[in-house]
Amino acid sequence: MSEKFVEIKNLHVRVEDKEILHGIDLSIGRGETHVLMGPNGTGKSTLGYALIGSPKYEVTQGSIELDGRDITGEAVNERAKAGMFLSFQNPIEVPGVTLSSFIRSAIEQRTGKRIKLWEFKKKLKEVMELLKMDEEYAERDLNVGFSGGEKKKAEILQLLMLEPSFAILDETDSGLDVDAVRTVSAGINEYRKRCNGALLIITHSSRILESLRVDRTHVMIEGRIVRTGGASLVDEINREGYEQDTSLAGEVAP
Amino acid sequence: MEAKTYVEDIDRSLYDFRNEDTDAYRLKEGLTEEIVLKISKEKNDPDWMRELRLKSLDIYNNMKVPDWGPSLDGLDIDHIATYVRKNAKLADNWDDVPAEVKDTFEKLGIPEAERKSLAGVGAQYDSELVYHNVREDVARSGVVYSDIESALRGEYADLIREKFMHLIPPEDHKFAALHGAVWSGGSFVYVPKDTVVSIPLQSYFRLNAKGAGQFEHTLIIVEDGAQLHFIEGCSAPKYNVANLHAGCVELYVGKGAGLRYSTIENWSKNMYNLNSKRALVEEGGRIEWVSGSFGSHISYLYPMSILKGDNSKMEFTGISFANNEQNLDTGAKVVHIGRNTSSYMNTKSISKGGGACTFRSSVIINKSAEGSRASVSCESLMLDSKSRSDTIPAMDIRTPHADIGHEAQIGKISDDAVFYLMSRGMSEEDARALIVSGFADNVSKELPLEYAIEMNNLIRLEMKGSIG
Repeated sequence: MSEKFVEIKNLHVRVEDKEILHGIDLSIGRGETHVLMGPNGTGKSTLGYALIGSPKYEVTQGSIELDGRDITGEAVNERAKAGMFLSFQNPIEVPGVTLSSFIRSAIEQRTGKRIKLWEFKKKLKEVMELLKMDEEYAERDLNVGFSGGEKKKAEILQLLMLEPSFAILDETDSGLDVDAVRTVSAGINEYRKRCNGALLIITHSSRILESLRVDRTHVMIEGRIVRTGGASLVDEINREGYEQDTSLAGEVAP
Repeated sequence: MEAKTYVEDIDRSLYDFRNEDTDAYRLKEGLTEEIVLKISKEKNDPDWMRELRLKSLDIYNNMKVPDWGPSLDGLDIDHIATYVRKNAKLADNWDDVPAEVKDTFEKLGIPEAERKSLAGVGAQYDSELVYHNVREDVARSGVVYSDIESALRGEYADLIREKFMHLIPPEDHKFAALHGAVWSGGSFVYVPKDTVVSIPLQSYFRLNAKGAGQFEHTLIIVEDGAQLHFIEGCSAPKYNVANLHAGCVELYVGKGAGLRYSTIENWSKNMYNLNSKRALVEEGGRIEWVSGSFGSHISYLYPMSILKGDNSKMEFTGISFANNEQNLDTGAKVVHIGRNTSSYMNTKSISKGGGACTFRSSVIINKSAEGSRASVSCESLMLDSKSRSDTIPAMDIRTPHADIGHEAQIGKISDDAVFYLMSRGMSEEDARALIVSGFADNVSKELPLEYAIEMNNLIRLEMKGSIG
């Protein structure tokens, strides 16, 4: 069962009238970290949004299963309650809602239980320290006026507080300086340790992967996964780029 | 989906209970000299007040209904009872208030709030106050908080004669004239020099009678160097005929004095709320308005501040929430007269379900007001495409030595924000309510805690069934 905690079968996704993903197959076991790489504009983020259930992304064929449950037709909040999480590439600003109160009500909505305030505050403080976030961010409006780096850290903070069983991190490393990448990596490692969740890291650079143990690497070109390999594939792509893959994609294109 | 967009049946039971009009003295409907004289006699007016009433009636009869705002066609003064009095004497102990009236205020949480967090309470039921009390220590410091009627026969009778309808004369507009003719109830507050009232006073106005009007008068004098926070709340049960509220609030803020005037208005949706509020601020004084407008069918409400003294200040924080059947025309006015005066208006409006919000602001900076600063900011949120939101700013600046800013924004709830919140497990309804409360947050922050909670509850109430 750990083999197929997340099971994506023949997923076709359309945005407006254009098909972006042409049949994605992917399975991720519990505790596994998979990396999805590929050039810009190739459909990586589309996969993230389609998996979490954005209404802008229409699944026209195929299915998504989480822990044996078909969630293909379910609303985004139901997927979240089932254990899914997407770290946004561009987190949204919500004025008047503090980061801390938002995380608290999100936890309560996911679990359906009230959370004790002091327990919550203690955990929040501890995780913020780990992420080297200034405590005052907890009482600031959600993402409002946060720097790019602070927004990404706030996403990882939510990851660690919400403890999902399947997390998708969409370009969490983009726009971060070296120190921030290191901090975010530490946060991701902490998530793996605590939750033993399935992790899909979408990236087109490899900086964030340096300190992470990667189980599988997938290369996406033009809406298809064209190559899958182990951790070493990351280094290979770093050296050689996607040239080999783009020619592969050319061969399978309709 | 249809059922979800149906919003008329939301639960307003918290405000919507009503009592039968038994055991009440009610003047017949309409507005005549005879009725005005009856009210005057009923209240045992001094001569000058009776004359003011008759003069106001005359002005009323010769003035036009305003034609620049929401339609007042549904309001017919011939069908409004201007005076309805419960058969009860004004009490200073809740036990002496008739049971059903007491019960009404219990449901609204007034006696509890009084015990917990207020220095004094006035409670008006229809045309007359039924309860008025002020904490002993506050009274000992010389603060007067009473109904206007007894104040007219008290220590400050002459002061009241000088100030009553002085800031808002009956000539001001038709409904100010109406108020002058039939006013009844309200509160008089006097805060002596350098006296700081550290916890708020509150008046609550409840209009229970069907087809009636409420015309309370609030007169507050805060002497030099004194400080006060005054809160007013209002609500009514819903009827299928028009009710009318045309109160008057006159505020005098002395040199270096400070007054904060907070209102949570939650009239029922058959109410015409045509209220007038005005403050005069002396040198170095400060008036702060906090205004939450949630109820009424139609509102015309533009609290005005006259910054007469040098270095006087005004701050206005307001929020309006219009749902179906509601057209809320609200805003604020300020006149800068003294040098280095400053005004700051910050308002938010929310409209949904076909409701309409209009924000009107008027800033006048006189030639004398050199070095003055004025800033107006207005943000509107429309929750669907059938609702309306308008902003009508006016500025009249007569000196080159002033600093003026204006900012207006009209927007909708962003789908991306709803999606973002839902991706963390929130339902769509909760995500929207959270975004709307967040939008209103800088207003609710200005309110005392229990009112902030009430405001958030009202937003939740109004947001129920808003997903379509």
